Amino acid sequence: MSKALLYDATLCIGCKQCEQGCAEENKLPYDDKIAAQAFQSEKKFTCVLTKDDKFMRRLCMHCEKPACASVCPVGALHKTKEGPVAYDVWKCIGCRYCMVACPFNQPKYEWGALNPRVRKCIMCPNRLAAGKATACAEICPTGATKFGEREELLQEAKDRIKQNPSNYVGHIYGEHEVGGTSVLILSKLEPEAFGYPLSAKIGERAMPEYTEVVMEKIPDFIPVWTLVLGGIYWISHRRDEVAEVEAKEKQNGGKQ
Amino acid sequence: MKIKITFWRVVFAVIMVLGLYSTYVRYLHGLGAVSNMTDQFPWGLWIGFDCLCGVMLAAGGFCMVGAVYLFNVESLHGVVKPAVLTAFLGYLLFIVGLLFDLGRPWFIWHQLIYRNPHSVMFEVGFCVMTYTTVLFFEFLPNVFERFNLQGGIKWIKRIYPVLIVLGILLSTLHQSSLGSLYLIMPSKLHPFWYTPALPFFFFGSAVAVGLAMTIFESTQSAKALGRELELSVLVRLGGALLVALWVNALLRVEDFYHRGVLGQIFKPSYEAYFLWLELLLAFVIPITMLSFKKVRLSPGGLYLAAVISLLGFVTNRLNISLIGFEEYVGHHYVPKWTEFMVTLMIIAIGFALFRLAVQYLPIFPEHGHGEPKPGIQHDAPVFGKAAVLSHAND
Repeated sequence: MSKALLYDATLCIGCKQCEQGCAEENKLPYDDKIAAQAFQSEKKFTCVLTKDDKFMRRLCMHCEKPACASVCPVGALHKTKEGPVAYDVWKCIGCRYCMVACPFNQPKYEWGALNPRVRKCIMCPNRLAAGKATACAEICPTGATKFGEREELLQEAKDRIKQNPSNYVGHIYGEHEVGGTSVLILSKLEPEAFGYPLSAKIGERAMPEYTEVVMEKIPDFIPVWTLVLGGIYWISHRRDEVAEVEAKEKQNGGKQ
Repeated sequence: MKIKITFWRVVFAVIMVLGLYSTYVRYLHGLGAVSNMTDQFPWGLWIGFDCLCGVMLAAGGFCMVGAVYLFNVESLHGVVKPAVLTAFLGYLLFIVGLLFDLGRPWFIWHQLIYRNPHSVMFEVGFCVMTYTTVLFFEFLPNVFERFNLQGGIKWIKRIYPVLIVLGILLSTLHQSSLGSLYLIMPSKLHPFWYTPALPFFFFGSAVAVGLAMTIFESTQSAKALGRELELSVLVRLGGALLVALWVNALLRVEDFYHRGVLGQIFKPSYEAYFLWLELLLAFVIPITMLSFKKVRLSPGGLYLAAVISLLGFVTNRLNISLIGFEEYVGHHYVPKWTEFMVTLMIIAIGFALFRLAVQYLPIFPEHGHGEPKPGIQHDAPVFGKAAVLSHAND
């Protein structure tokens, strides 16, 4: 069983306490200026967006099969069995492939630092280890962000839609997107209206599969291609080899 | 000692000064200060040009080694050494470029201990490391010959078959894998360039570029050393280039057709202009030129066709790494001048090292490693090549 977050935008009042709780937990600066920023950055892992009277949260989706973890050459990012996609700063070499590969554009970079880190929501690993909810879920005054087991939250989301179908778009964003994510979103307005990628565009296929198709062929390709190349070499140098062998035989014959 | 001041030497000096200033900014103020890369555009010119184009332009090494040692095409023997030298320098400079681009270059060795076999980047990194080592051994006989170390030459000759097969295997893997890097971004890269066939196109174009680059670099070094290049060699390379361009072009068209974007590419749009530029330079112009026997038999014509196709493939790599993401991101990325200076500095160092190697090592055997003939060195050749390549950035 893995942990997840359910964000119900219809319950959100846009108080931004999740932003503040997140900043405190991750020791990030938080003031009026940062609160007013309607975008994420290396100093702001989560962000509450406003459109008319509707709200939407953005944060790392903690994909079930994350693109970032699959592309990282040194395995600095990995999906833990508890649910979060964790980041090991020591391993990171700063290639930024995770940023390019993430379909949700979640990893941010410390562009101004001399030993820069990739920054993103890591789902409060210390709190999870202590059996607590994430900082954003705990601080949320309306229960818009709820922490729990993914299966249970998914069921709850489905129940909420069933009980109040006119209140929701009828689609749980994150249930199937890119093979499923550990952040599930319920809303009246499509998350796409707030800059989330279109469900149809990112699809339901897990991102790592796009490269796996090629990568899984490499172990077979290496011996086959080596044999082919070696074969070509052998054939095209046959004449030289024959001459060499003949010369050697002659020499050996002379010695015996 | 007196150093003669020539136009290209001044250009070289200016590039070096500005490049060193950019290096200072990079390592003392960080990536944000030296580049226009952002969270929306995490990969810029250094990945697009220094890495993708750098590795592509170094493809001449494995192409010529393959032609001469694998297929035993004796007539191309004279161009193997300069091709291997270009490749060796190309990969060394690629690594230098990477040290600029990586956020934590001091941990580059983590690739060796924290391996993630699912990562295309890991595979590329591993192949490039191993292949640079292979190229080092393929290059080593030049040094042995220079100092007349017969034992070394004999030793390399014994392991040469392994080097050849290993080198081509590694090249096949990482040239194609540079294309595989983009397979995981189907929702981001523009449909003109995103195709499951990317690894095949990267390898196919690397072969064409390898041939074009050999024409380019052997013509240039012959000019610099004041010697005539055998026309038969160039003609042969030109013929092979024509075939390689046709194969690449037909596969591209088939891919557009197969993915149903053939209609779209003719509609004017920002991306379409760049695609047209790419296709014109990489295929239409050089194929048309090389279809005329007169061009195919003239050194000047072959040289021009090769350079135009090189510019086309450079455009292709920049389209895939930069232009193809602009629609998704929603704004343009224009490299900062310091990014250009670092790239230019790396190119300039490459040309300077090539020039020095050609002068002091027996790269062209029939000429020996003696001093070049007096009176030939006078003007442009020294860094004249830098100018040609620097236009690739425009």
